[in-house]
Amino acid sequence: MNTTIFSRKNLLWTGFIVALFTLIEVLMMADIIGAYYKITLMLIGINVILAVGLNIIIGITGQFSLGHAGFMSVGAYSCAIMIKMFPTWWGFGLGILIGLGITFVIALLVAIPTLRLKGDYLAIATLGVGEIIRIVILNMNITNKAAGLSSIPMLNSFPLLFGFATLAVILSANFKNSAVGRACIGIKEDEIAAEAMGINTTRYKTMAFVFGALLASVAGALYASTFYVIKPESFGFAKSIDILVIVVFGGMGSLTGSVVATLALGVISLLLQPFAELRMIIYAAALIAVMVLRPQGLMGNYEFSLPKLFRRKKRKGDVA
Amino acid sequence: MQQFLQQLINGLSLGSIYALIALGYTMVYGIIKLINFAHGDMYMIGAYIGYMGITVFHLPFFPALIFSMAFCALLGMVIERIAYKPLRNATRIAALITAIGVSFFLEYTTMRFMGAEVKTFPAVLSDKSWIIYGLRINFQQLVIFATSIILMILLQIIVRRTKIGRAMRAVSVDADAAKLMGVDVNATISFTFAIGSALAAAAGILVGVYYNSINPLMGMAPGLKAFVAAVFGGIGIIPGAMVGGFAIGLTETMVSGYASSLYKDAVVYVLLILILLLKPSGLLGKNKKEKV
Repeated sequence: MNTTIFSRKNLLWTGFIVALFTLIEVLMMADIIGAYYKITLMLIGINVILAVGLNIIIGITGQFSLGHAGFMSVGAYSCAIMIKMFPTWWGFGLGILIGLGITFVIALLVAIPTLRLKGDYLAIATLGVGEIIRIVILNMNITNKAAGLSSIPMLNSFPLLFGFATLAVILSANFKNSAVGRACIGIKEDEIAAEAMGINTTRYKTMAFVFGALLASVAGALYASTFYVIKPESFGFAKSIDILVIVVFGGMGSLTGSVVATLALGVISLLLQPFAELRMIIYAAALIAVMVLRPQGLMGNYEFSLPKLFRRKKRKGDVA
Repeated sequence: MQQFLQQLINGLSLGSIYALIALGYTMVYGIIKLINFAHGDMYMIGAYIGYMGITVFHLPFFPALIFSMAFCALLGMVIERIAYKPLRNATRIAALITAIGVSFFLEYTTMRFMGAEVKTFPAVLSDKSWIIYGLRINFQQLVIFATSIILMILLQIIVRRTKIGRAMRAVSVDADAAKLMGVDVNATISFTFAIGSALAAAAGILVGVYYNSINPLMGMAPGLKAFVAAVFGGIGIIPGAMVGGFAIGLTETMVSGYASSLYKDAVVYVLLILILLLKPSGLLGKNKKEKV
């Protein structure tokens, strides 16, 4: 394993990311991607951050969380309140940091007792936490209750979001491939065996949970600074389910799968836009069909790998 | 004291509805370990079928109730056969996502054919009420309470006294062993879905009568609440769902009566988390030893 920063794998990925970014920017400048599609792109970027964060919790560590939207709302409201007070980059940065701070505390408080629970029970407890966060926000004056906050300055831009999303994916990939990530995968495969091997399961589960929650908080902040308006109802149970669907659709444990699934679902929902209610019926039917035919998700736990792809191509070339 | 008793009456009628929905959750969970997120929508479909029975076919209340329960029982079996049966050996999260897909499917199909707007449920029961010792008791509340209790007793008889009930209990303990003993596992699971869906349909009509309005997304919140109730009483345990349903209904009305109705949901969830932490298997659940 090549451990230097300039390994072939890292260079290939950097090239890919730069190429992708340039491609999208050029398309936007040429107005092939119009304002309407740009919104979809922004939403896809935010969903990527949410999905990889949740994948760390569910796919890598095997802890079933249904409260992801709750942490997203904490980030969104912190950032929105700060940039409404200070509509500058400082306010934006401060808002994200405050959001991260609050999320860290809540996630830690939630994680330590609830992560003792297993499987479905954990899912239900986190669902409860998400709902409690939403109801508290619904009743606070600083968050303007049910009406939510509006005319939030739009500080976010596509390059910034792309940067954040890339960073989130790289951080998550490093998390997965680090010693901590290995421990987490061990916990997912067999918690008792992992414990017997000397892994402090509570500690690693908590780390994964807090990590995912922090990513959700950043995604929330970016959401608030993109869409002008935030309401408590945008961060309800349905949003958590949306993110969960992306993760399971892409394949649990596959970060690249999450990215691909976010793109695929984003494009599908864009294409189905003209069909109104029929859109959700088709979406639901597609979801059932994918799960029945391919329960492990699009990519299973397989990671898409650029170096492998190139190697395979070269080999094919040799034969020819 | 009087206010307390009044809230008790309101809580019992709300709680009996939660209990009816929770029973379906708990039976399905008990038998195939699936959190059936589409169950709340079965309750919505039940309300709509009842609505159609009353407005289109001009049925009185009880025939409409039975018509709707029968329809939903059939629908529940069809959904189980198409969506859940192929996933019986897949991971539980895949089954869960499928249930969410079914839930969306039911909601938006109803929206497509019945319209997204709120519909007024026809007043089929008189809204007469009696004042007894200063307590207001509504005729509708009485019907809701009585219908739920009768259905619960019927369910207990089916589960405890009949052959199919014994098969259900056997499959929920160990599906493979039950199969070896000659129990038709597939038929038993189908039957469980049928009963659960019929109970949800009954709850749907009762709510339609009580609140006079139905809409395609009405199943989401009570579905979640009933699920909490099932967990609260101990998921997979039938009496637990009844206890949980009444507990959640009473908590909700007490909180909105004495404190703020804005916090009633938060209190329910706090209670849920406390129960999960202190006694994860629910109020009536037995603690299982962890085996390697």
